[in-house]
Amino acid sequence: MRQENLMVTEEKSLETERMVLNFGPSHPATHGTLRIIMELDGETVVGVRPEIGFLHSGFEKLGEYLNYNQYITITDRMNYMSPLCNNVAYALSAEKLMGIEVPRRAQYIRLLMCELSRIADHLVCVGMQAVDLGAMTVFLYCFRLREAIYDLFESATGTRLTTSYTVVGGLTRDIPHGFNDAVIKVLGQVDEVTNDVQTLLNKNRIWQNRTKGVGVITKEDAISYGITGPMARAAGVDWDIRVKEPYSSYDDFEFDVAIGLNGDVFDRYLVRMEEIRQSALLCRQAIDKMPPGEVNVDSSSKVILPPKDEVYNSIEGLIYHFEITMPNRGMKPPVGEAYVPTESPNGELGFYIVSDGSSVPYKVRTRPPSFINYSVFSKIMKGHMLSDAVAILGGLNIIAGELDR
Amino acid sequence: MSVPRIISRIKEGHSDAILDVTQFAGDTTLHVKGDAILQVLKELKGEGFNFLADLTAVDNLTLGGFERFVVVYHLLSHEKVERLTVKAHVPEDDPSLASVESLWRTADWQEREVYDLYGIRFEGHPDLTRILNPHDYEGYPLRKDYPRVGRGERKDFPVVERKIGSKSPRK
Repeated sequence: MRQENLMVTEEKSLETERMVLNFGPSHPATHGTLRIIMELDGETVVGVRPEIGFLHSGFEKLGEYLNYNQYITITDRMNYMSPLCNNVAYALSAEKLMGIEVPRRAQYIRLLMCELSRIADHLVCVGMQAVDLGAMTVFLYCFRLREAIYDLFESATGTRLTTSYTVVGGLTRDIPHGFNDAVIKVLGQVDEVTNDVQTLLNKNRIWQNRTKGVGVITKEDAISYGITGPMARAAGVDWDIRVKEPYSSYDDFEFDVAIGLNGDVFDRYLVRMEEIRQSALLCRQAIDKMPPGEVNVDSSSKVILPPKDEVYNSIEGLIYHFEITMPNRGMKPPVGEAYVPTESPNGELGFYIVSDGSSVPYKVRTRPPSFINYSVFSKIMKGHMLSDAVAILGGLNIIAGELDR
Repeated sequence: MSVPRIISRIKEGHSDAILDVTQFAGDTTLHVKGDAILQVLKELKGEGFNFLADLTAVDNLTLGGFERFVVVYHLLSHEKVERLTVKAHVPEDDPSLASVESLWRTADWQEREVYDLYGIRFEGHPDLTRILNPHDYEGYPLRKDYPRVGRGERKDFPVVERKIGSKSPRK
């Protein structure tokens, strides 16, 4: 009895003041360098100010000093989860600027690589979100599978993260011998892991309570805030660039677009899981239908380096090699500009290149999905508990390299 | 309504504000004087271009053009599955433009970014502060006359004298 009384008087005397909390940059749930300044009333978030700008990588300024193929190495570093998607998006923009269309085999390989990247990206996103909310097993399953996919990238591109696989006009090299069988093997694991993850999470009481009804984005907000990708589709926006504005021969393929209804964190998770399944389907189709032939445009287009034996054995080849690689030589697109939107794992990724007719772009702008998806964060965070910030951040899948350029 | 008809209607409505309509690589670009941009974009939004995909700027210093700066809006119509580029030309002596944040909330951060990197002010923006650079940073890094090495950023860094490899003072 006495205890109870004490409790009551104590509660009455508690005057809560609003507290300003710095969430990140080094909080375990803020992957990368993220700082969020929150104003808390008790545990309820009443105000959010996301601060970005910790990397100062200067990608866009660097683009004005590197030539068209050199910039591909920069695009890797913008998104360390799915660099191949960035490579492809940039190459498509540069090719549109120059009026080149790559051979169908190159298009199919690009598509295959993009879809594998999408699987890896979504797996990491779901796994990271799960570990932030306390589900360690899911994280380990997802991460192990991601490693298998990165092994595929390593065998095809030579590296795991900084792939630089595309060049303007095709690919740096064809896929290695036996790559298709290795992909099929990994895709089997993908099916297994997606089933396991969904069995663990879909009907999990804790998972549902932490994600359902949290961070709801309405359809109108999604369009107004420029949100694209799985986040927009979870909010009910039926827009997938792969279907609506197909690039890189996506129109040859059959797949479904996952659409959510509620726009909350749970729907984003479901959309991502379904997209992993659809990507696996696309990969299988790409391998089945992979056309034979070259992976680069004709070397007479003055974009692609000549074959090495020509360079070593003929003067024409040598001169031609020089013409492409020397400073102030190289490929020179016409004066103009191009913007190609692509469906990267996080949404619309576009490169806007302005050319002044020289061998170096006048301006390279990235339309980053993470940066624009993140802008809605302060709106959907208000009124939630502090712990929901972790769930919402995980669902946004923020890539710091893309957030800050 | 098809895109060419929308453009011709906008041209009729703002005959003195539309500078040019150009085509390149299959894309249509509408060149607009800076002071009419909000009205033009409002009408385009009413015509079905409901999505602002991207907002950026270009410094025309060595490229040439109508004005020094151009702010580029990449519009998308979900219904028509069409894209349209609108360019607002902004003069050098007073680089300011009406904010389109009232039409699309995504313009909030994107305009802040353009302000941060190019120094173009957006009138009517609710909170025009730097977004990528520190708040007290001086200069606009993506302008063409801003050098890649940085201007004065390192001038007040203390110079560390390297003692390694030089003669030891004790000797």
